[in-house]
Amino acid sequence: MNTTALNKVTIIIFVLLTLVPFQDLVYDLFLMKVFCFAIFAASVNLLLGYAGLLSFGHAAFFGTASYVTAHIMKEWGLTPELGILLGVVASTALGYLFGLLAIRRQGIYFAMITLALAQVVYFAATQVPFTNGEDGIQGVPRGELFGFIDLMPSQNMYWFSLAVLLLAFLLIQRVVQSPFGQVLKSIRENEPRAISLGYNVDRYKLMAFTISAGLAGLGGSLKALVLQLASLGDVFWHTSGEAVLMTILGGIGTLWGPMIGAAVIVNLQNYLANLGGWSTIAMGAIFVICVLAFRRGIVGEISHRLKIKL
Amino acid sequence: MFELLGISPQALTSQLLIGLINGSFYALLSLGLAVIFGLLNVINFTHGALYMLGAMFTWIGLTQLGSWIGMPELEVPYLLALVLVPLIVGVMSIVIEKTMLKRLYHLDHLYGLLLTFGLALVIEGLFRHWFGALGNSYPVPDMFRGGMRVAELFIPWYRLWVVGVALLLCFATWYFIERTKLGSLLRAGTENPRLLQALGVNVPLIITLTYGAGCALAAFAGVLAAPIYQVTATMGSELIIVVFAVVVIGGMGSIAGSIITGLSLGVIEGLTKVFYPQASSVSIFVIMIIVLLLKPAGLFGKVR
Repeated sequence: MNTTALNKVTIIIFVLLTLVPFQDLVYDLFLMKVFCFAIFAASVNLLLGYAGLLSFGHAAFFGTASYVTAHIMKEWGLTPELGILLGVVASTALGYLFGLLAIRRQGIYFAMITLALAQVVYFAATQVPFTNGEDGIQGVPRGELFGFIDLMPSQNMYWFSLAVLLLAFLLIQRVVQSPFGQVLKSIRENEPRAISLGYNVDRYKLMAFTISAGLAGLGGSLKALVLQLASLGDVFWHTSGEAVLMTILGGIGTLWGPMIGAAVIVNLQNYLANLGGWSTIAMGAIFVICVLAFRRGIVGEISHRLKIKL
Repeated sequence: MFELLGISPQALTSQLLIGLINGSFYALLSLGLAVIFGLLNVINFTHGALYMLGAMFTWIGLTQLGSWIGMPELEVPYLLALVLVPLIVGVMSIVIEKTMLKRLYHLDHLYGLLLTFGLALVIEGLFRHWFGALGNSYPVPDMFRGGMRVAELFIPWYRLWVVGVALLLCFATWYFIERTKLGSLLRAGTENPRLLQALGVNVPLIITLTYGAGCALAAFAGVLAAPIYQVTATMGSELIIVVFAVVVIGGMGSIAGSIITGLSLGVIEGLTKVFYPQASSVSIFVIMIIVLLLKPAGLFGKVR
């Protein structure tokens, strides 16, 4: 019963999204950017909402994949699906390494370790030559999907991005609703009990972390194609904070929360982009308000009021 | 021997001194974080922003405040700032604790981290908006100008003063917590706040004061830092991430542990700058990774 309500909402939203290219009200480049950050935020939510692990270092995966895809597209001239695939592979591998270290400590330490590890990636990005330092990798070609669909026209890129979003959404839903997802939730609720029931908690956490890193990478790779840019901002700790903020604002532990959160924050940043410090101030203020008074988030609140699972 | 390695003794000592100074800041900040976490179960992300506020207020007091209030010749001198600024920041933090943090104690620890992260963004953003992203320099106070010569080395007085006063403050904090009556209440509050409250001690007051004092320590470090580093809106967030790594390495179980870890990591970072400059900004993070692999609970940590 509950899941059908979720499926109905999902179908309605995706059908509406397919209609976007046929109207002039909503700008499709804006929506594509939202999709990238929605996938990114959803990856944070997969950890925070379902396994109870707060990562403050997901920009490392987002940024790494973004750089790898941008480099491959620009210097090697491969097709975009390969570019994204290799970006995701890179971020997944990095996620596995970070996961091995981070799961050695719990709770608050986990957040601090991920933040510190991500800072190492940031320093690395400022040092290694292929990232072009402050300039980043600019003018990334979008290439031709499977060798014959040119992604340069905005409409083609939009369909492709939407397909990637749908894929990511279905993957997350599958993970969350699988027995694996149930074990994650049990770890979130009561870790000692999960251990006493015989689950190898560390292995589950590591797997969740790795999947989440791969998803964050998918968002980053897609971003490199959509905005045709990979830059230091992608690996900066502010970006990790943004993903956490999108998750909280949208609703921790809801499937649609990160998507809605991403839409709101990306929109806000568009408006405040030219106002210097204000974008940071607004982000911080939303953080404070959400934590103090709005902990369910937008989607969480709706789903609580309507008593449906979203 | 130094010549063999291609390193001059001057470079070595000056980096060692900078390392000690950085180490003192790491120690002061991680100390505050540890005490606050012990009692409030909150990792105070605003710590870096408060350190920035310490330096910023000191600079404002010297160069801006006078013209703002219509008395251009008014300058808040360094020593006065050293007393006044931590007090102001301490009071601000107490307001933050009373109005916001207090509401989160019954929730998961993560919410405290998220709230203070948001506050840090707001503070940092406001100061970047008001004073721009560029650095401002604060002159070394007159009484600390110059330095001493030992053999061929020149050691500035101000740097010696910073190390000395920071060490003294670390020791004083340790003494207060581990050796005084009031400190024993604080430790009791860390162990079992409900029992302490049942014994008639005003635990919420202790919590508030502890938070204020921990934050004042961060601001004190900021005042000390103003004449050494460029005063910028982002100086705190750069520092806090390193301090987090320091805290992960040391663990938050022991006061003396935080001080020792902070100081020695500062020195190690300084030495890396001499022997292998490219790695100096990541040296502490690399040590964190090694410690996580060998002793996951941290050097002085209790398993938690």
